[in-house]
Amino acid sequence: MTSAPAAELPLLRIGGLTKRFGGFTALDNVSVDIKAGERFGLIGPNGSGKTTLINCISGAFRTEPSTVIFGGEDITRLPPHVRTRRGIARSFQIPRTFRSMTVIENLMVAADFTSATHLRLSTDDHRDSSMAILQQMGLAAKADARVTGLSQVELRKMELARAMATRPKLLISDEAMAGLSGSEVDEVLDLLIKLAGESITIIMIEHIMQAVMRFSERIMCLDAGKIIAVGQPSDVMANARVQEAYLGT
Amino acid sequence: MKRGSIAFWGTAALFLVAVLAATQLVANEYPFFAGYVILQFIVLSVAWSILGGYAGYVNFGTSAFFGVGVYTGILLFKAAGAPLVVQIAAAAMVGAFLGFAVGLLTLRMQGIFFSIATIALTIVIETTVTNWRFLGGAAGIQIQRPPVTAPFHSYVQLLVFVQAILVVLAVAVARYIQNSWIGRGLQALRDDELAAECTGVPTLRLKMVACVISGALMCAAGAPAAMYLQYADPASAFNLNYSVSVLAMALIGGTSHWIGPVIGAILLGVTQQLLAVTISSEVNVLVLGVMLVVFVVAAPEGIIGLFRKGRRAEGKT
Repeated sequence: MTSAPAAELPLLRIGGLTKRFGGFTALDNVSVDIKAGERFGLIGPNGSGKTTLINCISGAFRTEPSTVIFGGEDITRLPPHVRTRRGIARSFQIPRTFRSMTVIENLMVAADFTSATHLRLSTDDHRDSSMAILQQMGLAAKADARVTGLSQVELRKMELARAMATRPKLLISDEAMAGLSGSEVDEVLDLLIKLAGESITIIMIEHIMQAVMRFSERIMCLDAGKIIAVGQPSDVMANARVQEAYLGT
Repeated sequence: MKRGSIAFWGTAALFLVAVLAATQLVANEYPFFAGYVILQFIVLSVAWSILGGYAGYVNFGTSAFFGVGVYTGILLFKAAGAPLVVQIAAAAMVGAFLGFAVGLLTLRMQGIFFSIATIALTIVIETTVTNWRFLGGAAGIQIQRPPVTAPFHSYVQLLVFVQAILVVLAVAVARYIQNSWIGRGLQALRDDELAAECTGVPTLRLKMVACVISGALMCAAGAPAAMYLQYADPASAFNLNYSVSVLAMALIGGTSHWIGPVIGAILLGVTQQLLAVTISSEVNVLVLGVMLVVFVVAAPEGIIGLFRKGRRAEGKT
């Protein structure tokens, strides 16, 4: 961090981000740089502002100018769908699917609206590219299934697949493993690590500690809207304030 | 895909030929009076379903768009003696503009708030027309039809054929939207607006497109109405019955496919015409209400929903 060359701009820079809801400060002067290709873990107790931060990055919440800079550009005035086209994709804490569609149709929405050439490409091309992503995520067998019939782990994978179908540079996974069994957690974790290997930057929000520890190159811990620690996973875990925030003493 | 298109346009052509043949062969005027109303409701409910069905934004302002179409026709006819085609085209443009303005003002609101705003729109426009002397004001206005052109024998037959063309146009537009990326985007935002945004769907712009197209078609459907009745007044042109009937037709038919509102409009339209002849036109509203309740309870996805469920059940056994 001390002498980073100028060429190595962070992919995402959060600078002095404060988000208030009425009198409640959800995020308080949060600043962090995330490098291209990094596997970044975001932890913190419930209500500490993790999802609010994700909403500020993806555009669901508006913030002050130049608090969110992506690829060197201020994106704070851009609506969510433009940010998605610039390369920010996310999954949701509680899966938010297009429930009247099949699995592959969910992905085709992404293909339709994020590829620059969507008017020239035919529906069949989009079907093929969506199928390839489903294959990669191990969901190919469910391509034509209704979303309403999917299991919890399949829903989580479908959300990640739909995010991947937007061809992101930055993928934000908001508790994609919540409510899954041990083997399913490993399944989703392996998927995320595989995606990171394809030079996609990933921010992972998670409560399951061994998953965060195994995944992250760097971890940031939020508490009551403030950053209380950021750095190597082992350092963050050893931090007294982090332990206090998690254990309560 | 290609085969479906040939079948669709073949059926459309056959439908127009059949209507044209009927105008030449059937001498009795009554079927045309009744048929015109049914065709008009098909256009309105197909148009309604573009925003109300695909995007899930329930528009109670059908009567506003319809009434504006009626009065655009009257204005042009009275001021310039414009022919019917010009009246319809101008009404479509006015409707598109009105859809754009309404969309700009209201589409940032979600769910019930959008619906309330569209009711307000009807009242505002009706009040404006009521106080516009040139258009007859509250007392209404009489229209003298121009002489009918060959090959039609009566003006109503001509209007039926024109409305049939509008049906084909409306259905073709709805079908195109449904099968294109616009339709997928609308369907996505109906299911979950935030998830759609985060998947790259420009939700506001797509809703605007749907509102503009829907408004243009509704106004176009209204434009010939004054010629049909030879009379118009604000209370009937902006009657909330249009909004309710059209909504009921689309929901009873089912909104996930363009054929739904067509089926709903034919079913309810025919029922209403039969009731108007046999009992009274007042009982229409009651029947409409009862049918709507029955369908909301028994078949929330409308008639096409029932068909699909039937087909799925068959597939399993």
